[in-house]
Amino acid sequence: MIALLVRDLRLAMRAGGGFGLGLAFFLIVSTLVPFGVGPEAAILSRIAPGILWVGALLACLLSLDRIFQLDFEDGSLDLLATAPIPMEGIVAVKALAHWLVTGLPLTLAAPVLGTLMNLESPGHYWIFITLLIGTPALSMIGAFGAALTVGLKRGGLLLSLLVLPLYIPTLIFGAEAATRGTAGLSASTPLLMMAGITAGSIALLPFAAAAALRVNLR
Amino acid sequence: MELRVENLTVARGGVPVLEGLEFTLSPGQVLILRGPNGSGKTTLLRTLAGLQPPLAGSVSADPEQITYGAHADGLKATLSVEENLRFWASVHGIADIAPAVDGFNLRGLLERPSANLSAGQKRRLGLARLLVTGRPIWLLDEPTVSLDVASVALFADAVRAHVAGGGSALIATHIDLGLQADTLDVGPFKANAQRPRADGTRDAYADFDEAFS
Repeated sequence: MIALLVRDLRLAMRAGGGFGLGLAFFLIVSTLVPFGVGPEAAILSRIAPGILWVGALLACLLSLDRIFQLDFEDGSLDLLATAPIPMEGIVAVKALAHWLVTGLPLTLAAPVLGTLMNLESPGHYWIFITLLIGTPALSMIGAFGAALTVGLKRGGLLLSLLVLPLYIPTLIFGAEAATRGTAGLSASTPLLMMAGITAGSIALLPFAAAAALRVNLR
Repeated sequence: MELRVENLTVARGGVPVLEGLEFTLSPGQVLILRGPNGSGKTTLLRTLAGLQPPLAGSVSADPEQITYGAHADGLKATLSVEENLRFWASVHGIADIAPAVDGFNLRGLLERPSANLSAGQKRRLGLARLLVTGRPIWLLDEPTVSLDVASVALFADAVRAHVAGGGSALIATHIDLGLQADTLDVGPFKANAQRPRADGTRDAYADFDEAFS
C-alpha cells in the first residue's frame, strides 16, 4: 500500500502529473474575485471565507477524474485488482494521495491567499482549520465519484454532476464554521458536523468505491 | 497449486460466450488457449483471474495464486523501467527484481522512462512484471504481441523456467511458442446462440456472430 502511495505521489510530481493544477486554479480564483467584486475591503472580508471554500472545492473537483481513469486506461487498475492489496485499500490510498497532492496544498495556501481578500485576523486560522478537516472528505467523496464513472470516456461532466451534490454539506458546514470563527462567534457546531462528515466518508466510502470499481472492471 | 475449472460459463456484457468449460491446469503444465478472435479467450482469462464473476460453474484456484497478463501492460509512461518494475515488485512483497530484469533483457533500459520504449520493449517490461509477482499460476493474454523473434524466445525461456519451478501457465496465443504444451481449443465450448430460448425467440446476436464465424 505504501508502494502505491509513493508511486501515485511520484506520478503527480512528474511532468503532466497534475500536481499544482488545483493550486493554480485556486490562485486564479482568489486573485480574480477582488477584481470582480470591487476593492471595498468590508465586502471582501465578509465574503472571503465563503469564496475560499468554494474555490478550494472547485479546485478539488478539477483533478478528480485522474484518480482512477489513468490507471484504468493503461491497464494498471486490472493488475492492481489482482494484486494482494484489497480494493478498499487501493481506494483509500488513492484518495489519500489525491488529498496530499490537492487538498493539503490548498489548505496551506488558503490563509495566504485570504490576504488578497482582506481576510480578518482570526480568519486565517479558521480557514486553515476548516479546510484541514474538510478537504479529506472532498477527496474521499471524489474518489467514490471517480470509481463510479471510471469506465466512461469523457466521464468528467457526469462525475461533476454526481459529486457536487455530495459536496454541498461539507461546503455548508465548512464555510459556516470559517465565517463564524472569523466573526468571533462560536463555530464548534458546524465544525463538529463537518468533522462527522469527514469521519463518515473515510469510514464508509472506501467500501462503496471498491464495490463500484469491481463492477466497472467486469 | 492446481487450477480446476468445472462446468464454467463465462459472459461478456451478460451474454454467455463460452459454456460448459472443464479443464485442469496442474503445476508444471502449460496450456495453450486457442480460438478465433472474439471467441471469448480474454473473457475466460479475466473470469479465471477473478476480475469478473462466472455466470455458472466454479474455478478452484485462489485468486491470490494467480497473476494476469493483460493486453495492456499497466506501465506508467513517466516512470522509468526500474521504477515501474520495483513498484509491482513491492506491491507483491518481492525485493529482488534482478531475475526479471535479466530474464527479459532490460538491463540496458533501466533508467529510461517507459514513454520512450518501443512497443516490443514495453511488452518485455510488461512480461517481466510476471516474474516479480511470485505467483504460481500465469494467465497470459496474447503475450507475444509486438515481440520480435529473439524476445519471443526469451519469453518461452521464462515460461519454461517458471513451469520447471512448479508453476503453471495458461496462454492465449495464435503463434507457436515452441513450448511443450497442451492445447485447449475453446471452439467446442462456444455458447450456442442459435439454440432457441424457452420462449421460442432467438438470440439477437446470433446472426451477427454467424457472419464472422
